[in-house]
Amino acid sequence: MIDPNPMEQSALFTYTLRLADDILILSQRLGEWCGHGPVLEEDIALTNRALDHLGEARNLLTYAGQVEGKGRSEDDLAYLRMERQYTNVKLVEQPNGDYAHTMVRSFLFDAYHLPLMQALTKSNDAQLAAIAGKSVKEATYHLRASSEWIIRFGDGTEESHQRAQAALDNLWTYTGELFETDAVLEEMTKAGISPGIAAIKESWSKTVDQVLAEATLKRPTDAFMMTGGRKGLHSEHMGFILAEMQHVTRAYPGVSW
Amino acid sequence: MEQQTHISKHRILELLDYVKDPEIPVINVLELGVVRSVEVEESGKAIITITPTYTGCPAMDVMAADIRKELLEAGVPEVEVKLTLSPAWTTDWITDEGKRKLKAYGIAPPEKSADIRALKGEQPVVACPQCGSKNTVMLSLFGSTACKALWKCQDCLEPFDQFKCL
Repeated sequence: MIDPNPMEQSALFTYTLRLADDILILSQRLGEWCGHGPVLEEDIALTNRALDHLGEARNLLTYAGQVEGKGRSEDDLAYLRMERQYTNVKLVEQPNGDYAHTMVRSFLFDAYHLPLMQALTKSNDAQLAAIAGKSVKEATYHLRASSEWIIRFGDGTEESHQRAQAALDNLWTYTGELFETDAVLEEMTKAGISPGIAAIKESWSKTVDQVLAEATLKRPTDAFMMTGGRKGLHSEHMGFILAEMQHVTRAYPGVSW
Repeated sequence: MEQQTHISKHRILELLDYVKDPEIPVINVLELGVVRSVEVEESGKAIITITPTYTGCPAMDVMAADIRKELLEAGVPEVEVKLTLSPAWTTDWITDEGKRKLKAYGIAPPEKSADIRALKGEQPVVACPQCGSKNTVMLSLFGSTACKALWKCQDCLEPFDQFKCL
């Protein structure tokens, strides 16, 4: 099947796909910790969170397929697109690295994801509101867990503090993309389907300040911000993520459980 | 040709008592509060609407299949299981009987969401399902399944799962 050009899709499809891709790729990254967690409880916790994220991705991908109206299922969208058709931000593609990197990446995303889900429960799109209604309570738990780890690391030992600060400094450049606007987002916001991104950014920034202060970590200064994910331009990690995620489906086309 | 018996809604509810949560086999789908509606059409076709507990819960597919199997085996001519996301499931929908069964099985039941300290970041006081002591500590917010957190009792020293308030 020739993949339709994402730029020709409806704004609702594109918007829903962005939400789905962000959480799908993050889920995939967290799943990579399975069997490699620093302690058993964290191994289980990370895959538990990955599963929550995957559930949300499934709901969103299924809905995106329905909106598109071309018969693509959640599996078609997850497994059969090529790299440039994914519209996730680059933050979620970044490698797991050490535990501080994984926790900081999740924290920066969770602090954005929670206010976004809260706002989406009021969306003019009934299905997005329903999906958000499910995800918002889980997102509260996610943010709580990541925040607690940031505080433990920052206000921990000298080494944990250094690693957390290094992770923050490395990943900060990927945060700008979360709050980019473009024609699609403007159309969705005008239609009352997506919330205004400025309010989400404000909430995110406040949470970041609160948690970093308690963690005795320094908030990095805004400098160059990475961009391009929403247009399908990804970091060099994306190819490897997709190869691992897609290869079984592509090796055995049409097979199901 | 045999007359098809029309299975009533009342009978279907009785049958659903036998459909257990595959992960926690002491509690059934009605006690879990995941069955949102049961409709029986004139043809005898049953339409059961369920709602997922946690978004990523993998047990939902199994529960839907089990519901279908249970009803078809009992003679319902056609079964459709629909999934609805809204209104969102909450642990408040678990019946008191369900909570009692969870505790007997060794899982600390969820507190009422009106007592929502858990979601607000404050630690609820959770009694050990084994010895009843309130001297317990949470080890991990994310336990062995999406719905559970892992706790430890500091008196009897046993670990236990807690069904998280949602």
